[in-house]
Amino acid sequence: MPKDGVKSYSAGVKEYRETYWTPEYTPRDTDFLACFKIIPQEGVPREEAAAAVAAESSTGTWTTVWTDLLTDLDHYKGRAYAIEDVPGSDEAFYAFIAYPIDLFEEGSVVNVMTSLVGNVFGFKAVRALRLEDVRIPIAYVMTCGGPPHGIQVERDIMNKYGRPLLGCTIKPKLGLSAKNYGRACYEGLRGGLDFTKDDENVNSQPFMRWRQRFDFVMEAIHKAEAETGERKGHYLNVTAPTPEEMYKRAEYAKELGAPIIMHDYLTGGFTANTGLANWCRDNGMLLHIHRAMHAVLDRNPNHGIHFRVLTKMLRLSGGDHLHTGTVVGKLEGDRASTLGWIDLLREKCIKEDRSRGIFFDQDWGSMPGAFAVASGGIHVWHMPALVNIFGDDAVLQFGGGTLGHPWGNAAGAAANRVAVEACVQARNEGRELEKEGKDILTAAAKSSPELATAMETWKEIKFEFDTVDKLDVQHR
Amino acid sequence: MSAMQDYQSSLSDVSSRKFETFSYLPEMDAASIRKQVEYIVSKGWNPAIEHTEPENAFGHYWYMWKLPMFGETDVDLILAEAEACHKAHPANHVRLVGFDNYKQSKGAEMVVYRGKPV
Repeated sequence: MPKDGVKSYSAGVKEYRETYWTPEYTPRDTDFLACFKIIPQEGVPREEAAAAVAAESSTGTWTTVWTDLLTDLDHYKGRAYAIEDVPGSDEAFYAFIAYPIDLFEEGSVVNVMTSLVGNVFGFKAVRALRLEDVRIPIAYVMTCGGPPHGIQVERDIMNKYGRPLLGCTIKPKLGLSAKNYGRACYEGLRGGLDFTKDDENVNSQPFMRWRQRFDFVMEAIHKAEAETGERKGHYLNVTAPTPEEMYKRAEYAKELGAPIIMHDYLTGGFTANTGLANWCRDNGMLLHIHRAMHAVLDRNPNHGIHFRVLTKMLRLSGGDHLHTGTVVGKLEGDRASTLGWIDLLREKCIKEDRSRGIFFDQDWGSMPGAFAVASGGIHVWHMPALVNIFGDDAVLQFGGGTLGHPWGNAAGAAANRVAVEACVQARNEGRELEKEGKDILTAAAKSSPELATAMETWKEIKFEFDTVDKLDVQHR
Repeated sequence: MSAMQDYQSSLSDVSSRKFETFSYLPEMDAASIRKQVEYIVSKGWNPAIEHTEPENAFGHYWYMWKLPMFGETDVDLILAEAEACHKAHPANHVRLVGFDNYKQSKGAEMVVYRGKPV
């Protein structure tokens, strides 16, 4: 018989909570922390479900194995250390789990995600599971590259200060020839936009191959810069079927002198994204990040991954811009919650704040922040609210709200540029944008027929659907 | 809906050249400029004045007018420096800058005297 206190092997199925439920544990500064929302299967106690999630996302498997005894599992295991009610829900609860930093390869968002949201999400003991938030220890943050340049460097490169940047996604999203596409970019840029953008599914289809698109768009940028005397860019989408092809396109964008390229980080994958971010840092190229597929992961309030986690993962993996939702446009987004992940994207140190869905303090150390991108169903009438919600460190992107102007893209762009500048001027004067928005825009339109016409065109369009994914609050 | 208008801008028309923030709005009057100076002061940023010949406005570096006014909160004094710079270089763009030393960036930058387009 082994001595007292020495573990011996006994085969069979043990309850997870004997090993992985540790309410006495105080998390260490170097631990990864995760908050999961769990709906257990009927009859499974909360502690057991929480412990099971901790086990399945770290060291455990369904039965005891003899090789467990060849290591110090007490060091490597994830620990469920707290359980809380979910406000407004009878069946769901929050489980807080701490993971030792040794479980994750340095600088690998891929490895972090594979553990935290891997097998455990198909696990039978839970009916639904959602990763609500994570705390990334600063020690791990420092092993990641993060945004290739960050907000401040991008401002310096593009020479844009004291206001949000303006962009426009070129429409129709599919079907234009490269030369016509470049025309649409040129018109937007000469009218006063800072950036135009490839839509996410513009890659290299038969109707417009990437190389011709890059060539024509660069001519548009050069001419618009010469004409307006301002710096311009276009997010050249290098998202591609293989990493080799992605880098080939990125290299060509660099050869042409493009200031910024673009990647879809979820469909492209974290391996591709992290590699491309490193390439961008090495090559002085700004990186715009689209988030196609995010709603598959983040929209269901009971199962999946909250967008604030996907935001943190992008900041670690690398990108200088990230789409965050608009709060006011055609796409999903609760205001307080959106403000929470905008802070997680841009600020240095973010405090726990349950009223904004933030479960942990997050310290990013010296890792730069990225621009929040507001895009989708917005137009000039939204400008006062957008400037108020997003502040300066954002790119406001009007697609239909630029190209749909009755006089064309240049006029649509000018209308948005006049509107954003009028709102910034008013804000700096201490005026309340969301209250006085109409007066501010109406006054600015007196000297801008383009803005006056935009205001006539879009006055009545509103998107008044309720948000599906709300913060968990008692009244629901 | 008003009749369609052509968008007036071309390489040959020098008035097409813009100069970033607020250059799409009409030139600000003295009272409006004062409010922007007050904003910079209220943010705790360091005011500075820079200027350039309009034909060189695209470059990152304009000429500094003296040194940034570190810690200066007297709005009249800041306005007086901008005016002095304008009087010394009447054909140049003169811009007001608010240096944010925590973000190591410019929190605000705007042309307050517009030079003669060339």
